[in-house]
Amino acid sequence: MLENGKTVLEVENLTIRFSRYDKGLRKSDLTVINGMGVSVGLSELVAVVGSSGSGKSLLAHTLLGILPSNCGATGKIRFLGETLGPRELAELRGHQIILVPQSVTYLDPLKKVGPQVRNDRKDPESIQAQEKLFDYYGLKRETANLYPFELSGGMARRVLLSAAMMESPRLIIADEPTPGLHLSAAKKAMANFRAFADQGNGVLLITHDLELALEVADKIAVFYAGTTVEVAPVKDFGSAETLRHPYTKALWHALPQNGFRVYPGSQPYAGDDIKGCPFAERCQMAIPACGGDIPTREIRGGLTRCLQAV
Amino acid sequence: MATTGLRGIAGYLLKSLTRLILVLAAVSVISFVLVSESPIDPVKAYVGEVGLANMNQETYAKLEAYFGTNVSPAKRYLNWVGDFARGDMGQSLLYRQPVSTVIKEKFGNTMALMLLAWVLSGVGAFVLGLTAGVFQGSWLDRIIKNYSLVLASAPTFWLALVALMVFSVWLKIFPIGFSVPLGVSSSEVTIWDSLYHLILPALTLSLAGNASITLHTREKVIDIMGEDYILYARSRGQKLWPMVKGHVIRNVTLPAITLQFASISEIFGGSVLVEQVFSFPGLGQAAVRAGIGGDAPLLLGIAIISAAIVFGGNVAANILYGLIDPKIRRRGRDA
Repeated sequence: MLENGKTVLEVENLTIRFSRYDKGLRKSDLTVINGMGVSVGLSELVAVVGSSGSGKSLLAHTLLGILPSNCGATGKIRFLGETLGPRELAELRGHQIILVPQSVTYLDPLKKVGPQVRNDRKDPESIQAQEKLFDYYGLKRETANLYPFELSGGMARRVLLSAAMMESPRLIIADEPTPGLHLSAAKKAMANFRAFADQGNGVLLITHDLELALEVADKIAVFYAGTTVEVAPVKDFGSAETLRHPYTKALWHALPQNGFRVYPGSQPYAGDDIKGCPFAERCQMAIPACGGDIPTREIRGGLTRCLQAV
Repeated sequence: MATTGLRGIAGYLLKSLTRLILVLAAVSVISFVLVSESPIDPVKAYVGEVGLANMNQETYAKLEAYFGTNVSPAKRYLNWVGDFARGDMGQSLLYRQPVSTVIKEKFGNTMALMLLAWVLSGVGAFVLGLTAGVFQGSWLDRIIKNYSLVLASAPTFWLALVALMVFSVWLKIFPIGFSVPLGVSSSEVTIWDSLYHLILPALTLSLAGNASITLHTREKVIDIMGEDYILYARSRGQKLWPMVKGHVIRNVTLPAITLQFASISEIFGGSVLVEQVFSFPGLGQAAVRAGIGGDAPLLLGIAIISAAIVFGGNVAANILYGLIDPKIRRRGRDA
């Protein structure tokens, strides 16, 4: 494929609505993601951070086509420079765009690991490719004959990585790949993703662990209440002053080494019908204009949606 | 692995055998107590009110001796146990034949009925439950769910009566009852005659058992469809049918086996009612006659046989489980 752009993935203005039934039979739409955007460049590892409910998993599910059926997504998705419709996206899914799930529960408990890694292919080339990947990740070849319940946590992680690599993907979406792992195992997992990105691919790392993300990522996209409030290079997280959005600054201050300070208030619920900046009601710098449309602005090499950011 | 597996199964069978003996002992005691405490006087039931009134004292005493009502229940039970242990199930008082002969004759009919009903209900329920679960919320699901709810709430005997009315009386597609045509000597009865008489009772019985298994299977399938590994398969671009074949059916098999084998007892219970309505000469009908007529040896014999079959079904389910579930299968090897 001709690579004319510099990006593997660009998501622009993603909006997701759930339709649901209120009291009785009245149907209503619930906007859970509003104007979300993120991009992953070649050889780039981008971490999406945000608390639960910020919409980071929904982004992954949109890209992977596994949104619930009562969900409608609009927006623009570009992959290697080409704008993709739902059909093109469906064709890439599982091949060039692939999910690395978080735990062994994503494997069928009653099926041996080998066929699952090969996605049921039985041809000699696939078997050879799978064995090569197992060698690469330091898994014994006999691992293919084990059932998921016989894998240790570390083995499971490498098996899931092998399954992703079987398809020679260009973009890996890693959804919370580290919870439950020891720090050393989590760092190893991160190193694997870093190595994959460095080969000219993209990684979208979805996590709530900002500290770990800071160690491996190139860029951090901060999600809050269904929208992207800031995208900043990792080096900007060196101090609160180089960050742009007040929420990102609050996150920074909440890190143990930066004071461990809890910011008052909590994230609004999706569907609370947020107008303007979702953080405005908690923000000490909020001005009346924060209740209106907030454009995305580029400041010092990062993006933010804050009227007050400098 | 094979030796530990076989040894495991042998050990399991031995344990099951012990349990079976205990269960059978309990079943025989309870059935015996029930039939001997029953308010029905077997002599009266045998000769009828009028017969009893016209009977002289001597004949009555003879009949009492025949039914054993003049012997203490404990002694009668011990006599029965002693004979049973030697392989003699006693004489049926109503059929005037050895119990084993009566059971042998009825057993075939009931087994044919139950097996057919069991297979029909099992296959049907599995397909329906799977379809409903995979397409949860669709119109197909709603039809299957409502159909099952209606059937599950319909009493078996009522279902049998409706089936009899519709298919035998109005449409005249199936015979009204019995296991063979009337007025034909038994040597002339073909296997097709028997099958023809079997279909309607078996269908009715399978419908009665089918509904709850369908609903349970549906629930299991819905659970599986919400599992992480299904989400993962979808994210890898797997199409619906390979996913259902590769993951859903595989994972619903174990609970389905449990449901199927647990339903044997239900089908047995249902067969008693269905055999009554269709005048089908099987164990269920014989059990009803034995219970009403105070035929203790026959009732005990049937209770023992039924308990053994249901027990055997559960043992078979457990063995199948061990063969299919890798967690059980591989346990011995890693140790």
